Amino acid sequence: MGIVEAILLSVITAATPLVIAALGELVTERSGVLNLGVEGMMVMGAVCAFVATQITGSPYLGILAGIVCGAVFSQLFAFLTLTLVANQVATGLALTLLGLGVSGMLGESFLGMQGIKLQPIVIPVLADIPFIGPLLFRQDIIFYLSIALVAGVHWFLFRSRVGLKLRAVGDSHASAHALGVNVIRTRYLAVMFGGACAGLAGAQLSLVYTPQWVENMSAGRGWIALALVVFSSWRPWRLIAGGYLFGAVSISQLHAQAFGIGIPSQFLSSLPYLATIVVLILISHNRRTTLINTPASLGKPFVPDR
Amino acid sequence: MRIELEKRAKISALFSILSPFIAFLLTIIFGGIMFALLGKNPVTALYSFFVEPLSEVWSLHELAIKAAPLILIAVGLSVCFRSNNWNIGAEGQFIMGAIAGSTLPVVFYEWQSPLVLPLMMLMGMLGGALFAAIPAFLKAHMNTNEILTSLMLVYVAQLFLDWLVRGPWRNPGGMNFPETRTFAPDAILPELIASGRTHWGFAFAIIAAILVWFMMRYTLKGFEISVLGQSERAGRFAGFSSRRMIWFSMLLSGALAGLAGISEVSGAIQQLRPVISPGYGFTAIIVAFLGRLNPLGIIAAGLVLALTYLGGEAAQLSLGVSDKVTRVFQGLLLFFVLSCDTLIHYRIRLVWYRFTASDLDRSR
Repeated sequence: MGIVEAILLSVITAATPLVIAALGELVTERSGVLNLGVEGMMVMGAVCAFVATQITGSPYLGILAGIVCGAVFSQLFAFLTLTLVANQVATGLALTLLGLGVSGMLGESFLGMQGIKLQPIVIPVLADIPFIGPLLFRQDIIFYLSIALVAGVHWFLFRSRVGLKLRAVGDSHASAHALGVNVIRTRYLAVMFGGACAGLAGAQLSLVYTPQWVENMSAGRGWIALALVVFSSWRPWRLIAGGYLFGAVSISQLHAQAFGIGIPSQFLSSLPYLATIVVLILISHNRRTTLINTPASLGKPFVPDR
Repeated sequence: MRIELEKRAKISALFSILSPFIAFLLTIIFGGIMFALLGKNPVTALYSFFVEPLSEVWSLHELAIKAAPLILIAVGLSVCFRSNNWNIGAEGQFIMGAIAGSTLPVVFYEWQSPLVLPLMMLMGMLGGALFAAIPAFLKAHMNTNEILTSLMLVYVAQLFLDWLVRGPWRNPGGMNFPETRTFAPDAILPELIASGRTHWGFAFAIIAAILVWFMMRYTLKGFEISVLGQSERAGRFAGFSSRRMIWFSMLLSGALAGLAGISEVSGAIQQLRPVISPGYGFTAIIVAFLGRLNPLGIIAAGLVLALTYLGGEAAQLSLGVSDKVTRVFQGLLLFFVLSCDTLIHYRIRLVWYRFTASDLDRSR
């Protein structure tokens, strides 16, 4: 395997959780809900996936546990913001803080344990294509899922009736309500989808990226995923470009060290965070285009009148 | 069963006072259930978590030491949150304040003078404010979301501190430990009272809380903050500039977080290390909400959250529970605070069954 292939492979592994978590949040935000708890749901997914894998010995059950855990955990946020109309920003932060705390407790006795790595699934014939084969067709199931999910969500949002309703809820909940769409139920489901995706992204971290449990192992990726949603202007396909760009930035430190470039590792480690800020500036400095792209009801509470 | 909300005509004065207490009570009940699930007797566990730390003089001092940064940061954040500016990067501003203030005792360690301490405090505030100026500028002039930028900068600040204490600022006589030289006596914040370790940081916190409370209640600036926070449009008609408010609230909260940082380093740690905060900047968000964004309430809330840090340590020693319990308690508390705030604006009704038109037809 050449050096270029090795680098690209590590970019893909670093980018996949970002793409998945951002995709979930994209659907949530398209329904008009801003869930800042991605980081918390992701780390909960990571710990649940790891623990379930250790207990059952099957990483596939681990993935399932991660997804379920993220989805269930997100419903706490949904209940507070949708039923009790609590402030979405503050509740999202609460979800992140709680997730970091609970995951630390759940995972404490699993610290330092050797994890079970999710094995790649080799797709016959395609995997033998030189260069592309090993990169794209000898991957684990979560990578395949990430691509399928992006395609699926694109189809769902822009080609299906339910997707149209979801976007309507996100753009004007009052009109959608008047037309008979159940705003609250739609949003509950959208938040749940976001939680499931964040849980899956977390599972990728503890089963593929580094198969072990480390406290706070999401390390800000949930927040980067939130920035990616802005970067994508709420369009699923653009998440892949953004995710892979950030994946490349975040693994640059490993490769720079391998090449012996004499920059302190801390500066290289801060690159993904700085890159996030730069990208946010580039995307949002034009007030008008930002306004056009953002779901109009994003972050606004909705209380149905009766 | 369904939960229905009915908007109150006027906000409930009763629940504005009661809601933090209900939230705290719910947290304790849930905490007890959690301890029971962990196989501990909930009563003794809760006792050692919430009461034991209050029973000795030295631990009361520890409480004040931990409450000081929480109150200082939360007071600044309350101004931000009230004006709808979501600075959640106080942790980074805390670190940058600590670094800026520490330049004197670390780099110019030979200079000894009574001026060192006040200068350190000023530089700490400046450092925090300048670091908060980045998300402020980006929000006010580049239309960039301050939540994400301020949070990203936390990681940058943590890595920068890590580099400093392992690299250029490492103590030359420190056996290669990642820490700076210990501060000279001139650079150490003195103790407040003779009975223990509580330092001047606690006094700063109380003074800041009272000053900000006065500003919010009696000055035009305070009015401007609430108006712009509740309706930017209304604020604009009143001639208030939301752009200036972004700068004001972010710089103020950055300066207070920076002051908290340098006070903590100079008063409690007395040197820089790779990690100087157990997440004060994030816990202060909980403090701000538990104090209902009121500076005087924040003093009480800061003491409560400081107690969760001490309680976590105590529970670890006496019960063998993980000190991660603290973070869980803090997270739960914020959840309950936010849900109880609903009671202030809404009447909550549990609907068991709802009559529909077809029911009416049938009864006829």
